[in-house]
Amino acid sequence: MDGVLVIGYGNPGRRDDGLGQLVADEVERAAIPGVGVVTAYQLNVEHAADVAGRRTVVFADAAVAGRAPCFLRRLLPRPAGAFTTHTMRPEAVLALARDSFGWDGEAYLLGVRGYEFNEFGEWLSEQAEENLKVACALIVGALRRGGLGAAATDPPTDDSVSPCYGGGRCTTAST
Amino acid sequence: MVSEGRRLVIEPVTRVEGHGKVTILLDAENRVEQARLHIVEFRGFERFIRGRPYWEMPVAVQRLCGICPVSHHLCAAKAVDKIIGVDRLTPTAEKMRRLMHYGQIFQSHSLHFFHLASPDLLFGFDADPKTRNIVGIIEQHRELAVQAVMMRKFGQEVIRATAGKKIHGTGAIPGGINKNLSIAERDALLADTDQMLGWSRSAVKIAKDYTLEHLESISDFGSFESNHLSIVRDDGAMDLYDGGLRAVTPDGETIFDHVDNDDYLGYIAEGVRDWSYMKFPFIRSIGEENGWYRVGPLSRVNTCDFIDTPEGEAARKDFMSLTKGRPNHLTMAYHWARMIEVLHSIEKIIDLLHDPDLQGEDLVVTGERRDEGIGVIEAPRGTLFHHYRVGKDDLVTMCNLIVSTTSNNEPMNRAVRAVAERYISGKPEVTEPMLNAVEVAIRAYDPCLSCATHALGHMPLEVELIGPDGVVIDRGSKE
Repeated sequence: MDGVLVIGYGNPGRRDDGLGQLVADEVERAAIPGVGVVTAYQLNVEHAADVAGRRTVVFADAAVAGRAPCFLRRLLPRPAGAFTTHTMRPEAVLALARDSFGWDGEAYLLGVRGYEFNEFGEWLSEQAEENLKVACALIVGALRRGGLGAAATDPPTDDSVSPCYGGGRCTTAST
Repeated sequence: MVSEGRRLVIEPVTRVEGHGKVTILLDAENRVEQARLHIVEFRGFERFIRGRPYWEMPVAVQRLCGICPVSHHLCAAKAVDKIIGVDRLTPTAEKMRRLMHYGQIFQSHSLHFFHLASPDLLFGFDADPKTRNIVGIIEQHRELAVQAVMMRKFGQEVIRATAGKKIHGTGAIPGGINKNLSIAERDALLADTDQMLGWSRSAVKIAKDYTLEHLESISDFGSFESNHLSIVRDDGAMDLYDGGLRAVTPDGETIFDHVDNDDYLGYIAEGVRDWSYMKFPFIRSIGEENGWYRVGPLSRVNTCDFIDTPEGEAARKDFMSLTKGRPNHLTMAYHWARMIEVLHSIEKIIDLLHDPDLQGEDLVVTGERRDEGIGVIEAPRGTLFHHYRVGKDDLVTMCNLIVSTTSNNEPMNRAVRAVAERYISGKPEVTEPMLNAVEVAIRAYDPCLSCATHALGHMPLEVELIGPDGVVIDRGSKE
């Protein structure tokens, strides 16, 4: 396994939901050696193949709630019992990569706080624009230093008390 | 009596695309009185699209769905071709679009078969739901899970190479295509085709073996005789990108044939029922009661005269021999037909990748502006219609979409009722496997309820038992 992969996902046609892809675009522009970029409308099974072979994976998504301007959190694989191609969590992608391809790298979720998700349109809200700048500076800086771990918080240890799912905090748009 | 009975609700239906609900009304003796598949959300895409410039349509309509955006992209592009007065594309443009389309069919069918349907087929409808899912597939059939990922990924790479992006690409533009296929892109795809062909052959075998081994149990599993509809090429070959409309009776007799896409409204009408947001299309000449029809892989294999790739044709003949040439009406045979199309698609992809026209430079043609355009294509789930009218200001004034899942609305409802009657009617207790059997019948059609209603959904399963007074007696859910 080698290198870093940044997967930026979300629907750029739904205002701030495009934040994840915009982060990925910025990382691509930074052209950091050893860092690859994938953009997607939504996560799906083929991203497990993208993850396989990468030492480090960063999922970038818009956050519908939680800390502004952004948060960076470690992720652990977590299989999805029920599979639907319309919603696939990054943890499920990691689990599929681990169980199908033997992936055992490290992963992070970069959530960028957005505010407008219900309109059709390819422009960000004013505050989301500001949050995007901070998130891009954070991720590009960390990738250049090779120090993602130092910038991230730990993953939740218990699904039932996960601050990222169900607790009303740190909830990304695609989960 | 209904007032003394109870109502079962399966909401949302799992392992389908989008958000649906099944209600099963039982009488006092637990006999099924009514069973319906409902669409529970409505987004009104046809209205949203009004007032937008017509040239935006091939890109804008992809927002209908993250699962089959290519089908909407190409169908809208075909309609917009007509609006700008183009009836024939350059060879490079048409073949690039075809390559994109076969990539879409390949990845969509593979994903559905291995990740959505295979838990039911490999473990059984009544297996423990804790293992009857993709996790169980990974644990017990890891090679299939890997295959599914790689087949989906290959199809997505075909799409990326032809459309510019894997999701919501911009390749098809009014009158043609905005890029050709570079030698490097071609060679990268060709490197994987042998593997994809091998896996496709295996997939056909899995689906065929399942059908034949379970023939007795699936012969009346949500199955019924029906009309079938698809487009076919001028010579009767299966053609998933372009052709005239053909409809056949349950016996295979022609209802209409080689109907120009522009005339579809003369042959197809849409009924409305007050309990569903999804319409009920039917063949005008037969009428709403008996004119409903099925679309999708099963129908396409039933309606075409032949498949123009050797292994696909051999598989089709094998499939049709089961019914001695008569249309196959087994709902569960959708899976076998779907895998035949996977095999056909990879054969078409290989043929196209070896065609030097894909490196051509003549990408776009123009014509004389019209005020109306109709595009029809065979999407993974069945025949898809896009119809636009445009004002002198180039803005869309009318949009009518008939998506595949809408055409399968009546058949899916019949399948739900048939399975509910077989598995639930008269039983003292309703169990999870019984409810899953209902979902299996729906899943065979690979419905995209998001497309049909234009809504995105999250899909944990909730089952509610509701008493005659409307009070929820019991509630269960599964992830």
